[in-house]
Order: sequence, then C-alpha cells, then structure tokens
Amino acid sequence: MSLTVKDVKQIAHLARLSIDDDNVQTYADNLSGILALVAQMNEVDTDAIEPMYHPQEVMQRLRDDKVTEQVERERFQKIAPVTEAGLYLVPKVIE
Amino acid sequence: MMHTKSLSELSTALQKGSLSSVELTQHYLDRIEKYDSVLNCFVTVTAEQALNSAKQADVMLAKGEGNALTGIPLGQKDIFCTNGVRTACGSKMLDNFIAPYNATVVEKLNACGMPMLGKLNMDEFAMGSSTESSFYGATKNPWDTARVPGGSSGGSAAAVAARLVPIATATDTGGSIRQPAALCGVTGIKPTYGRVSRWGMIAYASSFDQAGPIAASAEDCALLLGAIAGFDEKDSTSIEHDVPNYTAGLNDSLQGLKIGLPREYFGEGLDPAIASVINAAIDSYKAMGAEIVEISLPNTHLAIPAYYVLAPAECSSNLSRFDGVRYGYRCKNPENLDDMYMRSRGEAFGEEVKRRIMVGTYALSAGYYDAYYLKAQKIRRLISDDFTQAFKQVDVIMGPTTPTTAFKLGEKSNDNISMYLADIYTIALNLAGLPGMSLPVEAVAGLPVGLQIIANHFEEGKLLNVAHQYQQQTAWHQQMPAAFMDIDKG
Amino acid sequence: MAWETVIGLEIHTQLATNSKLFSGAATAYGAEPNTQACEVDLALPGVLPVMNKEALRMAAMFGLAIGAPVAKHSVFARKNYFYPDLPQGYQISQFDRPTVEKGEINITLGNGETKTIGVTRAHLEQDAGKSLHEDFQGFTGIDLNRSGTPLLEIVSEPDMRSAKEAVAYMKKIHELVQYLGISDGNMAEGSFRCDANVSVRLVGQEEFGTRAEIKNLNSFRFIERAINHEVERQIDIIEAGGEVIQQTRLYDPDKDETRAMRSKEEANDYRYFPDPDLLPLEITAEFLEEVRKILPELPDQKRLRFKQEYSLSDFDAEVLTSSRAMAEYFETVAQGCGDAKQAANWVTGSLAAYLNKQELSISESPVSANDLTGMIKRILDNTISGNIAKQVFEAMAKGEGDADTVIESKGLKQITDSGAIEAIIDEIIANNAGQVEQYRAGKEKLLGFFVGQVMKASRGKANPGQVNQLLKQKLSG
Repeated sequence: MSLTVKDVKQIAHLARLSIDDDNVQTYADNLSGILALVAQMNEVDTDAIEPMYHPQEVMQRLRDDKVTEQVERERFQKIAPVTEAGLYLVPKVIE
Repeated sequence: MMHTKSLSELSTALQKGSLSSVELTQHYLDRIEKYDSVLNCFVTVTAEQALNSAKQADVMLAKGEGNALTGIPLGQKDIFCTNGVRTACGSKMLDNFIAPYNATVVEKLNACGMPMLGKLNMDEFAMGSSTESSFYGATKNPWDTARVPGGSSGGSAAAVAARLVPIATATDTGGSIRQPAALCGVTGIKPTYGRVSRWGMIAYASSFDQAGPIAASAEDCALLLGAIAGFDEKDSTSIEHDVPNYTAGLNDSLQGLKIGLPREYFGEGLDPAIASVINAAIDSYKAMGAEIVEISLPNTHLAIPAYYVLAPAECSSNLSRFDGVRYGYRCKNPENLDDMYMRSRGEAFGEEVKRRIMVGTYALSAGYYDAYYLKAQKIRRLISDDFTQAFKQVDVIMGPTTPTTAFKLGEKSNDNISMYLADIYTIALNLAGLPGMSLPVEAVAGLPVGLQIIANHFEEGKLLNVAHQYQQQTAWHQQMPAAFMDIDKG
Repeated sequence: MAWETVIGLEIHTQLATNSKLFSGAATAYGAEPNTQACEVDLALPGVLPVMNKEALRMAAMFGLAIGAPVAKHSVFARKNYFYPDLPQGYQISQFDRPTVEKGEINITLGNGETKTIGVTRAHLEQDAGKSLHEDFQGFTGIDLNRSGTPLLEIVSEPDMRSAKEAVAYMKKIHELVQYLGISDGNMAEGSFRCDANVSVRLVGQEEFGTRAEIKNLNSFRFIERAINHEVERQIDIIEAGGEVIQQTRLYDPDKDETRAMRSKEEANDYRYFPDPDLLPLEITAEFLEEVRKILPELPDQKRLRFKQEYSLSDFDAEVLTSSRAMAEYFETVAQGCGDAKQAANWVTGSLAAYLNKQELSISESPVSANDLTGMIKRILDNTISGNIAKQVFEAMAKGEGDADTVIESKGLKQITDSGAIEAIIDEIIANNAGQVEQYRAGKEKLLGFFVGQVMKASRGKANPGQVNQLLKQKLSG
C-alpha cells in the first residue's frame, strides 16, 4: 500500500497536523515504507484468531461513586495558553 | 568513590550515619555539573529541590525512619509528571509544561525520601530508539560519545552508565528500558504490564507502556522495583497482586533452571560477535546448573509489523489531547480554530511523532481498520501464544537484547525503518505484556552488549534472581566508562 | 402526493451520579466555570480514567426496565475528533458492544392506541464541556465542568411517524429515567436532550429517504416544532425537484428554523477503537440480580395496579402516576386514610391546583402526605365537613400547622350536637315566617334556602346531614 501526496494531506488534516508542502512527498515515502513493513502481517491467515486487545485479559475494575477531587482552578489555569474569567479561550468556534 | 557503590552499600552508609544524603546528593550534582554538558542526559537539573529533599531525608535517617532507599538520590525520566517541575517528555509541545501533579511512581519515590536530581532526556514522547528525537538534543553514549545511548530512555541509561545518578526510572513501550540499558552497559527491568502504575506517566501506547528502573545491577533494580510496584486505584489496569520482596529471592540457586533459547533470536541479522558473547553468558548459566532448551517463537518476525500498527494507533489518539487549549504549545496568532490545531501540533511535534500519529490515524480510519488494526491485534494473540507455549517448557527465555551494539549518532536518524528494526528482540514482550530485563555481558570492541532475560507474567522476582546470580559470578556490570570516572574523590 | 415522516431519536440522559464517569470530580450543575474539572477531566498528560460503578448500575437498571438484554461484557471505545470542548481529543463511548442491547417502549397515541417503539441500544459515554460564544470578541470560552459527566445515550429505531409520536416517546423515556432515579431529567439544565434523525418518504415507499440529524433539542416543544419544520423543509425540497442531503442541522428556536452546522460539514471519520486504558466491563449475574432487586415498579405497571387496587379512573391513574413522587404521595395518603377515592380527589383536586398555581413540584408541596392524610381522617370521622376541609387545606398550605391544629385554632370543629343545631334551626324558622309558610304550602325547593341559612349561622360547622334531617322534621312539624 503506497500513499499518495493527497492521502498524506488528508491524513494530516484528520490528525490536525500542519505539514510543509515541501515535506509532503517525504512523508508519503516514509509512511508507505512503514505500511510495506507492516504488510508482512498479511502472510499469516488470521481468520480464526481472536484479536487480543490488551495484554491483560481480565475485566475492568470499577470505583465507588464518590467525589474525591477538589479542583483548584488557578493552579490548572496557570499553565494554560489563554484564559479569561475562568474559561479557556480558543479562536471563535462556528457551530 | 561514592558513585561506584551499590545501592545497598550506600544505604548502609546512610543508615550508619557515615554518609549524609546531602553529601551524596551534592556529589552527584557535582558529577552532573562536570559531565552532563558532554552527555546531555538531563533536560532539567533540580539541584535546589534535590538538596532540600536530601536534608529532609537526613532528618528521616537520623530519626531511624525510612527504608533502604531513603537518602539515595535518583533521576526521573522526563515522561513522569513531577509537580511544580517542567515535564516536557522530550517535546517542544511540553517545553512550557510545569506539571501540576505527581505521577504515582514519583509520589512513591518521594515518600521513600529519595531526592530527585532532575529529569532525564528521552526520545520525544518515548518514540524512538536513540534519544535523537528529543527536542532537547541527543544524549551521548558514555562508552563512545559519537554513538547513541539507545532509546527512548537514553538519558536514564547513559546517566546510570556514567554514574551521574545511582539509579533512574525509565519506561518501556517496545524496548525503551532494555535497549538503552544494553547499549549503555547497565541493567534494566521492564515489569509485567500492570505491575507499576501508569498514573502520571505520559502515555505513548497505553496497552504497552510500563515503567521500571535502570540501575547498575539487578540487586539495585530489585530495591527500586519493590518501591514502585503495586496496585494503584488511579490506574484501573494496574493489578491487585501482592508485591513480593524482590531482594529476598536474589540468592536462590539456579540449579535445574530451564533456560529457553529461541532459535529466532539467534538467526540472520544478529551480529556474530554479539552472538558469541551471549553464548558465553549462557555457558556461565550452564556452569551454575541451568539446563538449556532450544525453543521456537515462530511469530517473532511479526512483532515489529504488529507493533508499528498498534502503538501508532494508540498514540494517534493519546496525543490528540495536545491541542494548544489547556496547556502546552499554542502557535502564534491562529487565524481560526482549525489553524490553531494544525499549526500548534504541526509546529510542536517532531518528525517521528508526526509519522507515528499519521500511521496510526491511517490504520484506524474508515475502510482500513480491519486490514491493519484488527489484523495486528490477531497477530498479537499469535505472538502471546508463542510465549505461553514456551513457558510450558522453560522457566526463562534468553537471547540478545539488541542485534548490534550502539550505532553512531545520525546513522539511522534518516532511516526510520532500520531504527525500528533495532527493537526486534524486545518488542514482542510488550505485545504480550511480559516482564523482561537486560544486563551487561562481555563488551564487543569496547561497546556494551546486553543479555535479555524474559519470564512469565509476574515473575520479576525470578528475572532478578537469574540476573543477580550472573552478576555474582561476573563483573561486566561493574565496568564503567573511564572517561567519566576521573573525579573520584569520595 | 402523500408524505410519510420517519423519525428516530438519540436521547442523551445525564446520569444522576455524584461524581463523573471516569473521575472523582463533582457533577453538580451551575458551579463556577472550570471548578469541577480535575486532572482527568482536563485531560492533562499522564492521567487515566477509572470508571464509576454507579453509572454501570444505572445503565443496567435502564436495560432491565425496557426488557433489553444487559451485555455480560461491554467495551468502551474512543471516538476520535477534535473540538475545544472535548479535552482528550476523543470521547470515551461504546461502539460495537454497548451495555444495553435491544429493548422496547410502549407509547400511547392521540387516539388512545398503544404503539411499540424499538430501542436499538443504550450506551454509556462521557459528556463534553460547554462552549460559550457570546462574551469574548473573536474568541470562544470553554468551560469543562460538564466534561466527563456520565451520559446514557438511548438510541431508538426509526419507528416514529410524526412529531407527536416523537414527543410521546421522549416523554415516556423522560418519565422512565426519573422513575428509575437514574436522571433528574432536568431539560433546562441539559440533563435530558436529544438529536432527531428525520426523513420523509412517499406513503407506501419501502426504503427510507435521506435523513437530516437535528442536534441538541432540549424541550418537548422545540422537538415538535423542529421536526415539523424539518419535515416541511424536506418536502419542499423534494417537491421542487431537489434532493435532501444527509447533514447535521441545528434548530434555532428564536427563528423557528433549522440550519446546517458548519462545524459538521466535513465528513467525520471517528476512528473508533477499544480504549486501551479501559478493560472490558463485566456485568455478572449477581450484579444484575442486585439491580433487579432495587428496580422500582415501572409507570405502566403502577398505573395498572392503581386502577385495580384503588378502583381509580384511567384519568386519575394517569395523573397519579405521572411521577414516582406523585405516586408515592398518593399511596401514602390512600393507605393512611383508608379511603382511596377521597385521597385521589384531594391529590388530583385541591393539591394539584395549589401546586400548579404556586409552580411547585409534588416533592416541594408544603402540605405533606401525612398532613393530608390527617385532614382526610377528620372528614371521615365527621370532625369537619368536606367544605370546611378546603379551609383547613388552605391553612395547612400556608404553614399554619397540621389539620388538628388548624381545626382547633380556627374552631372549625363540626357541630354534631343535635340540641345546638336545633336551637339554630328554631331561630331561623322564627325569623323567616314567610318562607316557612311557602314551604309548608308545598314549595319544597326552599329547603336549600333553610340549609344555607343554618350553615351560614353555624359558620359552616353544622353537620350538613343532621341539618337536613332536623330541618325536614321541624318544617313539616
């Protein structure tokens, strides 16, 4: 599976990554190389194999419904790029 | 020679009062000051904080409180969130990120009274095998500063090798503890998935990531692992399983131990010089009464392909939170929301991180999920089953940690695929969640070589015992790079 | 041409847990911005989700209530997309393995018939934060207090054929989640809202038309208007020779119209995959049995039982089961006083009217079920008449104490002493000689006049039965 420049641009947008036009071809080559490496998987027939989603095949542990966190907004917002009136600001969102 | 002492020797001196934590901490700070400009192990040195913690540790020691680790300073991989201290994870994205909370690993070691000397360099977001992808520049291998220390925990391994820290924390997603430990001639253990809490450890690939120590010996590793292992209610994938006393079993006899040698780990691609020193190490085990069994892990060659679907898939999602809204880098003057996302992420992530995010995004996207993601999870099952079969026959599995010794800086940085292949022997364990460790054997042409030992789930104690016994018989782990040993006034 | 409307609803119900789905931050509504968003809700680097057991119990409860299988194993998946109110860059939701599988709900149509609406599934997921667009020049403000609040998304089959049916279905689910106590159902606060998938097709046509999804409808009135508006829009397009395009639209209640959402223009590829931070959820037989034990009686069952057990009319049964609190109130009164008819009359009558006027809910009623029981007992033991009881009720509502206190302090005790009543009657007869003569001459309708006079003279306290009887005796005498 070889990726085109157009594919790369689409993937980059889906992942919200700006990429210089000059580099798109390099990415296309790199990513195609990785996909070629990965394609080795196809030599094995896995139709009858159950996927293994996690190294721990046990069930999820749950917690009790208790409020345990006291939020100090100032501490968290000190590291934020832009805040005002306790809100995180981003360029205007158009719905 | 404080920095050539083992953790237990230092601990004894601290408990006796013949050495103070402040002296010991200052000694390491001096070494960092002297050598780190060459090695670049540290991203941040926290000298003042370390000395303050050392004073507190001395108070604890004077009162007879604390444990075997109290007063011993350490380095933290910069992937662990440290409250009030920059936690950059090797990335421009987090260059301004002062973590507002502590990782569980950090919390536990702080509670032991271990002063933190600083934060150790790493590949950006732990993606890499050479520490060259760090925003803070490459770390150098203390055995040959023209070579890489391995990665992603290259800062941790190099700092321990040069004795700039007595011990360090590290993380391993596909070999990131074992491979740098091997290339730097030190000892590192990647525990069973779920053994150590992941809370506060910045995620690369959540179903693979696991923290562990890098140290000068298995005995030192045992001490630190005992302190960081255990169930954490903040990590629902951490396991409620008793933490054994890892030092208690170190001296168990290896008589009758069954060691499996997978033929796939000794085939094409392995440097013959490495094969020869590994075989010599295995001979030592024979001499200790171990029995050698040839085994097969037939799907070994599929580990890298499966990993390079699954880890990127998880990382593409894990790294979506870095969006320039609540913390981290935001581009200048975004024109609109989309521009803010695209440029903040595009400008702050390095090439390798972007590559993996894109591979993962592609592998999960509509129409490709089954061919890539689902297929890889099935391969993961096959690889895990290989180990299950093997452990029916043997107690531990051994082989080389890496196919070559440390490569030159820049040698593979433009060839990502050959970089990936450097993890051929380490990656399969992460797919299966198994524990593994690397310990130094005889060097080849002055460059360290690591022996990898793999055990079944939760058999860290067995791994440490097997490694320790070798280190009782041999002195490879005591070799130190001469260039960094010249101010031994302690 | 005759058109048929096809509607499916995705209802988002906030579960009434104390803490969030995956963090220990509080879920209370209305806090200062970002004061209920902890490390996990802000998606700081290195944090991990730990699931709230109560949310799972609530989802299981809903499953049992709609007769749906509750999955032994369900899986959390990540739905990946970028949006400022979604801090992780993905929503933790359930994709191919939801906790609640297929069930159904009966609704009552306008003509009294019952229709069954299929519930495709219900799954657990995190709510997003809120975007505030108004207050900042060129910027949007993000409040993440709601981020991570547990939601149960209830997805229906496309079984509804009119806006009215959609509203009836939504009301039914609204009633159910409140009955179960799994949601406060507060629509104004966004605890209960829905997206409507709407399409039209020619009557008799088998395949569905292209649908539009209308987002974030949070009142029954808006749903009806938005759907009707959307149906008209689609019919207009098709009749003008155009084609409906599949898109996401937003309803603007001020303009009463829907418009395409710009943020949803790009076809989304959500890249769902199992969340590697969360292992599969297990619901054991024991867990489900525990839930079954605490499952309250459901509205339909309760209505049926009320009709049978208390001989209530359809209307009274409907009103008295409209909420669990109302039903509990009624049953307390009915059982306490032993007269269901009286209890139903008072609860649906004076009490309902009073609460309605004061805009109070039954749980805020100033007259408690015990107070009302005490008052009805006094009617039944002839201490007061039904008429006087209205005064007692008003006084109790004003907080003047329970029935006995009010009766005592206002001297409202009924006069049952025949001697005392006779004395009043004698006086009335003496003072109204003309009317007495007419009555005796055969104008028996005047009895009402005399009763009125006696009641007035006794200030309503004379026992009406005795008054009637004694008056007849004396007038004919």
